[in-house]
Amino acid sequence: MATTLLAIGTRKGLWLATSEDRRSWSLSSPHFLMTEVPSIGIDTRGGRTRLMVGVRSEHFGPTVVHSDDLGVTWDEPAAGAIRFPADTGAAVERIWQLRPDADDRPGVVWAGCEPISVWRSDDGGDHFELCRGLWDHPHRAEWGAGYGGAAAHSVVPGPGGTVHVAMSTGGVYRTRDGGASWQPRNAGISAYFLPGPAPEFGQCVHKIARDAADPRRLYAQNHHGVHRSDDDGDTWTSIAAGLPSDFGFVMLADPRRGGRIWVVPLVADGQRIPPDGRLAVHRSDDAGETWQRLDAGLPVDEYNAVLRDAACVDAGDPVGVYVGTRGGEVYASADAGESFTQVAGHLPDVLCVRAAVLP
Amino acid sequence: MTVRVLLPRMLADCTGGRTSLSLDLAGDATVCAVLDALAAQHPVFDRRVRDETGALRRFVNVYVDGDEVRRLSGLATPVPSGAEVMVVQSVAGG
Repeated sequence: MATTLLAIGTRKGLWLATSEDRRSWSLSSPHFLMTEVPSIGIDTRGGRTRLMVGVRSEHFGPTVVHSDDLGVTWDEPAAGAIRFPADTGAAVERIWQLRPDADDRPGVVWAGCEPISVWRSDDGGDHFELCRGLWDHPHRAEWGAGYGGAAAHSVVPGPGGTVHVAMSTGGVYRTRDGGASWQPRNAGISAYFLPGPAPEFGQCVHKIARDAADPRRLYAQNHHGVHRSDDDGDTWTSIAAGLPSDFGFVMLADPRRGGRIWVVPLVADGQRIPPDGRLAVHRSDDAGETWQRLDAGLPVDEYNAVLRDAACVDAGDPVGVYVGTRGGEVYASADAGESFTQVAGHLPDVLCVRAAVLP
Repeated sequence: MTVRVLLPRMLADCTGGRTSLSLDLAGDATVCAVLDALAAQHPVFDRRVRDETGALRRFVNVYVDGDEVRRLSGLATPVPSGAEVMVVQSVAGG
C-alpha cells in the first residue's frame, strides 16, 4: 500500500507523520522548532512530492520554505517567496494558506495571507505574485480583522478561471477571470455581529470547500451558520439543521464523492469548545441535508477547539480524515471518519494539518 | 570606516554560522547602511530582521554602542567609525 504523509503544523513547529495503513503512524522529530506553522501545502502533481510550509517566527517574521525530499532538506528562496511589491507599502504578517491548484494546472499554487491578500505562483511555489485585482478592490478598506488577524484564509480554485476565497472579515469573494476582478458572494450568509440586515460583504466566513462532483456547489462554515451554495456562490442556504451547533471553523469536502462533507461543531462564538466537552466530527453524505455524528476513537473529554485548518482529508480510497486540537492531539481516520486512531499527542496547539497519499 | 556587528545566535543559520563580523562602510554610515551591507551578504538574514517595507521587525532590536536605536533616530541613527552594532531579538514569544 502507498505511504500517506500527514504534516502537522503547530504553534511551535512542524511534525511529519507517515503511515502505510493510515492507522499506525511514525512521527518525526520537530522541524522549525519554536516557529509557528499555520499553513502547509502538499503538492503531489506530476508524480513528485513537494512539501510547502508557511512558517512564522514571533521575532523574525513569516516565510515560505519547501522540501522535495519529505523534509530531509528544506529550501527557501533567498529573496523570499511571498513579498509585497514596494508600491503597496505592505508587509506580509502571516501565510495562512498554501493550496496547489488542479492537476491540469501544474505548477500553479495559491496562497492566502495576512494582511488580506491572495497570491499565485506559476513555478510550484518558489515565487508568488500578488493578485492585484483583490488587493486593489474598493472594498478592502472596509474589510476587518477576526481575532486571528485580517487574512484571506481559504483559497479554493475551480474550473477555468474561477477561484473562490474566504476572508475574515469580508466573507466570500469570487473571480471568474483568474484573479483580475473579484465580486463578493455572501447572499444568504449572516453577520450577526453587524447591525441591520446581512451586508453584501463583511461576513466572517471561517472556511469554504468545493463539492467533488459539482464544481458550482460550495459549502461554508460561517461564524454561526453552515451553508451550501448550488450556484457558484451566488446564493447560500442553511444546512445547519441536524447539527448540534452552527458554530465552528472546519469545512471539508470529499475529493472523490459529491455531496460528502465534514464539519467539527463548537458550541458557540462565546463558548469555543466541543458540545458537552465531547469531540466529534459530523459528516453529511447528502450535501448537508442530514448529518451523522462520528466520534469513535475520539476522546470522550475534550475541551480544546479544532481550528479552521487543523482538519483535512486526503485523496485515498476510502478517504482519510484528520483533525488536530489546540491541545496538541492529532487523530486520523482511514474510513471517512467512521473511526479514528491517535497519531500524536501533547504537541503544541495544532494550527494546520495536511495529508496526501504519496505517489 | 569599520564597524563591529554582533548577530543573534538564533539567526546563525542565515549568516553562515557567524555571530559577529566586521564591516567596512563608507563614511557617515547609518544603521540602515549597516543592515544594507549585511543584506548584500546574507539576504535571508535581512528578511528576518526587516520586513519588505524596510522596517525593523517589531521584536528585533538594534543597539549602537549600547543605545537602542528606536530611542534615537531609528534606522537613520548614525553609526560612527569603530562602533559596535548589536542586532538581537527582544523579549517576546509564548
